[in-house]
Amino acid sequence: MEKSREGTYYAQGSPVPETPSSGAGSAPWKKTRVVGTARPRVDAYERVSGAALYPSDIVLPDMLYGAILRCPHPHALVKRVDAEEALRMPGVRAVVTGSSPEAKLAWPYSQEVSTLLFDPHCRFEGEAVGAVAAETPYQAWDAVRAIRVEYEVLPFVVDERRSMEASAPRVHESGNRVKRESYERGNVERGFAEADVVLEQAYRSECELHTPMELHGCVARWDGDRLTIWESTQGVYRVQERVASVLGMPLAKVRVIGHYMGGAFGSKLQAGKYTVIAALLARKAGRPVKLFLTREETYLAAGNRPPSNMRLKAGVKNDGTLTAFDFSCTGTGGAYPAGGVALVDWLVRDLYTCPNVRTECTDVYINAGPARPFRAPGHPQGSWALEQMLDALAEAIGMDPVDLRLKNIPTQSQARAGNPRYTTTGLRQCLEEGARAFGWKEARRQSAASRTRGHLVRGVGMAGGLWFAGGGGPPSTVIIRLFADGSVNLNMGASDIGTGTKTVMAMVAAEELGVEPEMIEIENADTGTTQYATASGGSKTVPTEAPTVRAAAVDAKGQLLAMAAEDLRLDSRDLLFEGGTVVSARDPSKRIKVTEVSALKKRGVIVGVGYRGPNPENRVVNPFAAQFCEVEVNTRTGEVKLIRFLGAHDSGRVMNRLTYESQVIGGITMGIGFAMTEVRVLDRSQTGKLVSRSWHDYKLPTALDAPGEVVSLPIEIDDVEANSAGAKGLGEPVTIPTGAAIANAVYDATGIRVTETPIDPMRLSRLLAGKRKEG
Amino acid sequence: MKEDDADDKTCKGKGGMTRRGFLGSLGLGAAAATLSGKLLSPTPTSAATQVMPAQETTKLALRINGRTHRLLVEPRWSLLYVLRERLGLSGTKVGCERGECGACTVLVNDVPRYACLTLAAEAEGAEVTTLEGLMDGEKLGPVQQGFLEQDAFQCGYCTPGQIVAVEGLLRVKPHPSPEEIRRGVSGNLCRCGAYNHIFQAALRAAELRRRM
Repeated sequence: MEKSREGTYYAQGSPVPETPSSGAGSAPWKKTRVVGTARPRVDAYERVSGAALYPSDIVLPDMLYGAILRCPHPHALVKRVDAEEALRMPGVRAVVTGSSPEAKLAWPYSQEVSTLLFDPHCRFEGEAVGAVAAETPYQAWDAVRAIRVEYEVLPFVVDERRSMEASAPRVHESGNRVKRESYERGNVERGFAEADVVLEQAYRSECELHTPMELHGCVARWDGDRLTIWESTQGVYRVQERVASVLGMPLAKVRVIGHYMGGAFGSKLQAGKYTVIAALLARKAGRPVKLFLTREETYLAAGNRPPSNMRLKAGVKNDGTLTAFDFSCTGTGGAYPAGGVALVDWLVRDLYTCPNVRTECTDVYINAGPARPFRAPGHPQGSWALEQMLDALAEAIGMDPVDLRLKNIPTQSQARAGNPRYTTTGLRQCLEEGARAFGWKEARRQSAASRTRGHLVRGVGMAGGLWFAGGGGPPSTVIIRLFADGSVNLNMGASDIGTGTKTVMAMVAAEELGVEPEMIEIENADTGTTQYATASGGSKTVPTEAPTVRAAAVDAKGQLLAMAAEDLRLDSRDLLFEGGTVVSARDPSKRIKVTEVSALKKRGVIVGVGYRGPNPENRVVNPFAAQFCEVEVNTRTGEVKLIRFLGAHDSGRVMNRLTYESQVIGGITMGIGFAMTEVRVLDRSQTGKLVSRSWHDYKLPTALDAPGEVVSLPIEIDDVEANSAGAKGLGEPVTIPTGAAIANAVYDATGIRVTETPIDPMRLSRLLAGKRKEG
Repeated sequence: MKEDDADDKTCKGKGGMTRRGFLGSLGLGAAAATLSGKLLSPTPTSAATQVMPAQETTKLALRINGRTHRLLVEPRWSLLYVLRERLGLSGTKVGCERGECGACTVLVNDVPRYACLTLAAEAEGAEVTTLEGLMDGEKLGPVQQGFLEQDAFQCGYCTPGQIVAVEGLLRVKPHPSPEEIRRGVSGNLCRCGAYNHIFQAALRAAELRRRM
């Protein structure tokens, strides 16, 4: 079960080679010199100076610009496409449409469902209909607008709550249900009978858009039968695999480069249609093509976090023992199978000890753009329901919300077959140490006192969390080259999506090799020149790549010591490599500089290879979290001001304290958007079209919405069982509990349970007015 | 200039580029684009002016980071397009091309502006400063150094715009308050959510600048 679920996220459809075992595993680090310190990024200079070339920055000689013609209707059949006029327009060098022979390609929307690249049946607004390449983007868009398309407009459904109604138009001939998944353990009815308090509540979270700052797209160039793509992506190897398979090319002939990328949050794990279209246009025109979507196109066709309509019934005894959860959810991944309810029930199933749990999740089709994995798929939604429910249960039995959670901490994964043990469960420390650092009890007292004074009322809230994955695993290969002057080249396929991957890996190599991180240069994210890696997603990049880098460093070091042993006439097991010198452990006077090692001087370079070893059997590696926040609600306007936030996170060993803190701040900020500002609005009755088409209408948190203070409190537990770096994932857990913590704080301040996102002034002032009326 | 005026400049929507101001400048730009001869007449002319076809190019001299660039542009080309795709100054990023995100922020005569909403023709005669222009040779400028030290970014794509916005703020407010910093970068979205580190970086940058 968990295997297939994990497969749906960051490795689906990717041919995953086995890597050899990493050989003898390295013992955990006892004392570290570099790992765990706070260091600016190794590529910070490039990023702040403008020297970093992102894929959208690439300008090639003779390059054209591509633009895609998209269906303006939520549901339509393309009857006729007339591109005659477009072809004659100034600067136009290539046009492809559904009738172009080179475009008759199958596009795999999922493992089960494929359509044509330019399919006449457009099931969502923004589906690709044709494309143009021209000398300038302005000319390309002129030509796109000049293509005449005759559509047969079909009836649509864009509201997942109405998709299963008998009168709803069918998105697919087979009907609108994608699938229904259910899960059960224990006996829920008995659990409710044993409870002292049973509560039931409906919750809804809105559809969110990823909107990374760099647009989705690529530059494509052909050299004969060889294709090079610079793509803004989380995983160059996955893009390579998809492009090669759609175009029917050998993998080796497709090179994908993504040295830098400007954000993704799950929406760039895979090639898009735009990647293939750019390649087709480039081949047809015989010139390189740059094709980046407009912001509006990304809103329509580059993924989203599905909306979730949830219901949760929960039972608790007066002593805080949870007796039963009964959960259901309806969601949608849009017009194609795209995980519309993926993992929404996971926290209900696995976060707290509960013997009786039943969940049922229904995924339906609507006429809207397909979802893509969005930072911790399903989890913020499930947390929105579960953590608000826990808060309500705690109040009902007169218990502190932190204590209720502490009462129900699991040491094993209850939802996985055989109930495997967690390698580490830092949930208790996250809750206890987080509450202490936040001053939870005192803050609760103070906020209660504030409520008797005027219209500005304070409230505090908290939520716990875990992330379903986050342990990483094979395959991964890393090569470390140690040059004759002691400097190092680290070669890995993984992308640094902004999380600081390159910096952490340089620190790991520096730790193991006894050199400074500045001596290490990194080549990464290029299928032509760097080693195989899975896409950077699922909070698995550090726990996957760090042990692999360490293994490569150990291999390189072993070779160096063997060479030095010959010069020193000592046993290599007696030797250490520190600060550019090989030293005898027993007699430190016996030493040789790395630049003097004769075999290395002769050979020029040592090549160390590291493979990611397997994860421990029958164990689960999950990161845990607790977040606390304080809000101030203006009861006249419904505005919520975030006074402060604290994130207590158990993600194993802290690799870089500075980038760790950045991740915590960033995850919380994104969670604020989920809870308070972000809604994809579709016009469900009149046109079925997207209404929130820009950042003016789809609101991200800005600098003015950032909390007054964000504190990162690492709960550092070296997870020695998990991997040789002792680290677990961080990128996703940091955004999971945020929304629910805010909702709980707003409840604490106002007595109003906001069960639907977003908690914005419009909604909250309405709820406050309703409450005043009730008196 | 009175202190109040400076306040007005820095606080109304990111250091000077207000929505109303933009609409005004767009009006001027559109009018300039309709002129068949010289672009950017100081006064918008009447509707009777001959309309210039979109693809007709015209000569333009742009002053960017202290150097003059002479080039042929279509009147509709944005300053952003010219910087990135024609002059290779890719430090200025593209996020939305509709004045929402600030990734393309540049200084026009020291005032932060969205390059996506500025026609290249509008920038003639002005001193344009991009991220690259904040460097001292290969050495980072103080704002860039502040961002580096405080890890005030993650993916780094909004970062050039944030840095230029902070630079613009510090040019009129060398001692900004925390609230002024928030307002100064409030026209620059960061989806990675690095805001709290950006605030720290701006404070650090102010300190480094004062030492120069």
